[in-house]
Amino acid sequence: MVTPAMTDKIKIEGFSLQYQDGTETLRNVNLSIEKNAITVLFGPAGGGKSSLLRSINRLNDPEDIKQIDGHIFLDSEDILSPKVDLINLRRKIGMVFARPVVLPLTIRKNITYGLEVMGEHNKARLDDAVERSLRQAALWEEINHRLDDPAVALSGGQQQRLCIARTLALEPDVIMLDEPTSGLDPISTGKVENSLQELKKQYTIILVPHSVQQAARTADNAAFFLQGELIEFSRGKGIFTAPTVKKTEDYVTGRFG
Amino acid sequence: MLRKSFESEIQNMKNEILAFGSMVEQNLLESVDALKTRDVNRSHKVVEVDKIINKKRFELENEVMILIATQQPMAKDLRLLSSFFEIISELERMGDYAKGIGVINIRMGSEELLKPLVDIPRMAEKSADMAHRALVAFINEDVEAAKSIPAEDDEVDALYNQIYRELITYIISDPKAIEKANWLLWVAHNLERFADRVINICERTLFVVNGRLGEIEDAL
Repeated sequence: MVTPAMTDKIKIEGFSLQYQDGTETLRNVNLSIEKNAITVLFGPAGGGKSSLLRSINRLNDPEDIKQIDGHIFLDSEDILSPKVDLINLRRKIGMVFARPVVLPLTIRKNITYGLEVMGEHNKARLDDAVERSLRQAALWEEINHRLDDPAVALSGGQQQRLCIARTLALEPDVIMLDEPTSGLDPISTGKVENSLQELKKQYTIILVPHSVQQAARTADNAAFFLQGELIEFSRGKGIFTAPTVKKTEDYVTGRFG
Repeated sequence: MLRKSFESEIQNMKNEILAFGSMVEQNLLESVDALKTRDVNRSHKVVEVDKIINKKRFELENEVMILIATQQPMAKDLRLLSSFFEIISELERMGDYAKGIGVINIRMGSEELLKPLVDIPRMAEKSADMAHRALVAFINEDVEAAKSIPAEDDEVDALYNQIYRELITYIISDPKAIEKANWLLWVAHNLERFADRVINICERTLFVVNGRLGEIEDAL
């Protein structure tokens, strides 16, 4: 199912995950995430998309996990190895969640906080990072005159883009977004989607979309998950025009889910 | 529930396209029969019906567009709805050939036919029948039927070649027959083009069912 390519940033090989309570599992997932592209993971709730994102970021609590098998390679490093430095891993792979979680600080501080924690205190460099990441998140033009306002005063769409900017400030390699626009109106959604198209030039993006239509709009590559299995993967948008597996066809045409 | 209403809308659309196709087939047969009987009044009606066909084409296109906008179709639904567009415009152009034959009969005025028509009505019947069966195959998503129809185009081509040779013989033996022969050549040419377009409808059936977009010869 997976065609290896030189341009793949992440390779998932024979990955299986079982939680202690047995609720949600992933079974033998093989998937390549192309560099400088948007890979969407879509399918009905409970299919394992979020579990996979959490696994890639090592966000699962080891106590919850019953069993884990296979490999997830970032470049050539197996990120499931116990030797992996989690702080460093999460710096390389940023994550944006469905509900924007802004820190109760100013807009500027929301972005500089992570950098300061890592020891960056040079004001010029911090200012640069603020402007660069806000521009990349398509937010700079809207809010550059009020950087010292509290971040909570921003609209929902702006808060979500601020969260994206905060992730970008740390200069990750990969950005993972779990239904980033599920709480946003269509205009804000469009802005976030547009900025993703810009961002993929520099970053590798994994997106769990909130609808099949968003999956089709944004995907360079797409993977359909159902009940813990990767049912179908396509490079390109073929999965939305001519899926090869009946389960995919049924899902994208709205016959279930 | 949503899926159910979408499916009934798709079925309605298919029925409308079948009815649209029947208008086009009937107008083709009518155009040739009017020529055969040299009935210019009936040819004027053929031209009028073509105007209705042209208008209907836009109405149908609009309905498909509304379905796409409201249902945001994917996969097979998307292939089907995009094929509706293609087939609607094929049928409209096929209708233009009937109109063309009507116009030829009108232009001929009170001139007599060069010869009684035999092969031209056969060509028309064959072409209209192929068009009808191609549409039924499309609507029923019947790949086997859609694959079998293009081969029949050879029969239409054979009739066309036969008519062509016959008319050339007339021209050689009597240069004064050139204009009358030319009229009939144009009629035969229109019928040959009409049948050719039937193949495009068959290609869409394969596309809807298999997701394969391409020339039908490559799939046979």
